[in-house]
Amino acid sequence: MFRRSEQDKRPQVEIFVDGVAVAARQGDTVSAALLASGRDARRSTAVSGAPRLPYCMMGVCFDCLVTIDGVGNRQGCLVPVAEGMQIEIQKGKREIGK
Amino acid sequence: MTVAPKREAYDVVVIGAGPAGLAAAATSAEAGLSTLLLDENIGPGGQVFRAIASTPVTERNQLGADYWVGADLVRTLRASNAEIIQRATVWSLDRNLEIAVSIGGASAFARAQRVILATGALERPFPIPGWTLPGVMTAGAAQTMLKSSALVPDGRTVIAGQGPLLWLLAAQILRLGGRIDRILDTTERGNYFAALPHAFAFLTSPYFVKGLSMMREVRAKVRVVSGVTELAAAGDGQLASVSYVAGGKRETIPADLLLLHQGVVPNVNLAMAAGVEHRWDDLQLCWSPVLDASGNSSVAGIAIAGDGAGIGGATAAVVRGRIAARAAVEALAPAAAAKLAPMAQLRAELAKTERGRMFLDTLFRPAPQFRIPAGDTIVCRCEEVTAKDILDAVAIGATGPNQLKAYRRTGMGPCQGRLCGLTVTELMAQARGKTPQEIGYYRLRAPVKPITLAELAAVPKSEADVKAVVRG
Repeated sequence: MFRRSEQDKRPQVEIFVDGVAVAARQGDTVSAALLASGRDARRSTAVSGAPRLPYCMMGVCFDCLVTIDGVGNRQGCLVPVAEGMQIEIQKGKREIGK
Repeated sequence: MTVAPKREAYDVVVIGAGPAGLAAAATSAEAGLSTLLLDENIGPGGQVFRAIASTPVTERNQLGADYWVGADLVRTLRASNAEIIQRATVWSLDRNLEIAVSIGGASAFARAQRVILATGALERPFPIPGWTLPGVMTAGAAQTMLKSSALVPDGRTVIAGQGPLLWLLAAQILRLGGRIDRILDTTERGNYFAALPHAFAFLTSPYFVKGLSMMREVRAKVRVVSGVTELAAAGDGQLASVSYVAGGKRETIPADLLLLHQGVVPNVNLAMAAGVEHRWDDLQLCWSPVLDASGNSSVAGIAIAGDGAGIGGATAAVVRGRIAARAAVEALAPAAAAKLAPMAQLRAELAKTERGRMFLDTLFRPAPQFRIPAGDTIVCRCEEVTAKDILDAVAIGATGPNQLKAYRRTGMGPCQGRLCGLTVTELMAQARGKTPQEIGYYRLRAPVKPITLAELAAVPKSEADVKAVVRG
């Protein structure tokens, strides 16, 4: 859906998406890294389980909700990636303990 | 990075580090007032100057000169004594000018003598069939990724809608080597005639030449379909095609990415929750705060600058930020105001930047069928409520957006009405034969962004606070 421009010379940051290593770039938000990865990053909604991807990328739509380092319902478009970050694609509503 | 505010109280707290907030905070600090700037994003710039201090796009002409103006604003601000906190989400502001802000998962509190809200705009909802499908995003979302991560559309890409941002985004995507298969222009034909009386002001404004050259640049490379009157996205769990009607003819084209845009509207959540009076703007078709010439709102001590004060664009936002800050300085430290640009000069600058706005607002006034959906089209993305659901609720007695919550939970999901509020108001107004002003809007309350109970529970509390809620 998206690809990186060649002029992007930012250092790589390794994150893990559902346990799989993904190369992001320093300064990427979690949502941008997921969309750039080419992986299926669709979450499912709490109400009907419908698949969704980020819509606004600016913190207002909440369609980027994702589990980051064990914490659910994070807005992936507002959180920058960090080395070793563990991302889980959130299916349905946030669960107790996450 | 994620540290709480250094003081408990400030002369001026500015919320939002876009064009208006950057200018307001710098002006206030320059006059010697203790100034705190709180911003939700990773870096300063808001949406227009998104990632201005960190963008990997190094070829300056690709983003355009208007973007790099932001670098000067950030430099001026950083050279001042203003305290700046990024990744700080303000979740409450009240009439006592008490601010609650979430930073790094913990809440902190600050008091202000003056608050300048610079929370800007968001893209108007574009509720067409299939707009919740993965692969459908806003044009602004694509632009955010382009500016902050140098990401460009790669698959079959369709851009649909209208307005200056749409053309700017298209030009930027092409300059960075991205792909656009088709542009579907939804501008209503009748709008061209309606806008004609305002054409002179527009022709003599800087928007005209810039806009024209950008449209030429894009049209040379991409097929543009004008007069689109119907639009729908379709696919099974993922966007597969876009269909549209233009000149009475329907066409369906395969697509991996659909970028929607039909203008921007004020981001009202924090201001409304603070009790600021808003009124329906019949031209811009949105809620705008009631403000005096210095941006002061109906709540004493709270001013609003930038697009949150009514859409005016980035250049106007900068001037409005300076005006609001100067007004704060005049109130708190009149002697210090002498070193700032005089108010008369600022107001003259503002008038200049607002030239041509009427033309743009009239020309790009979105068509009713793209604002007020019907049938199974989702209105509330969070609670997955359709237009038909809402009309059914009206038929059995729902009178306005707040009653509708009890029927369908619209606006009660995590986005708190940001993506459905305008649609709900207009849909209910139409169904009930009332004006949007009569129908009203969701009654907004803090927290204006979701925070966890754990974060609330960890807030320091006095013995009296505990006594107030604990029994026995």
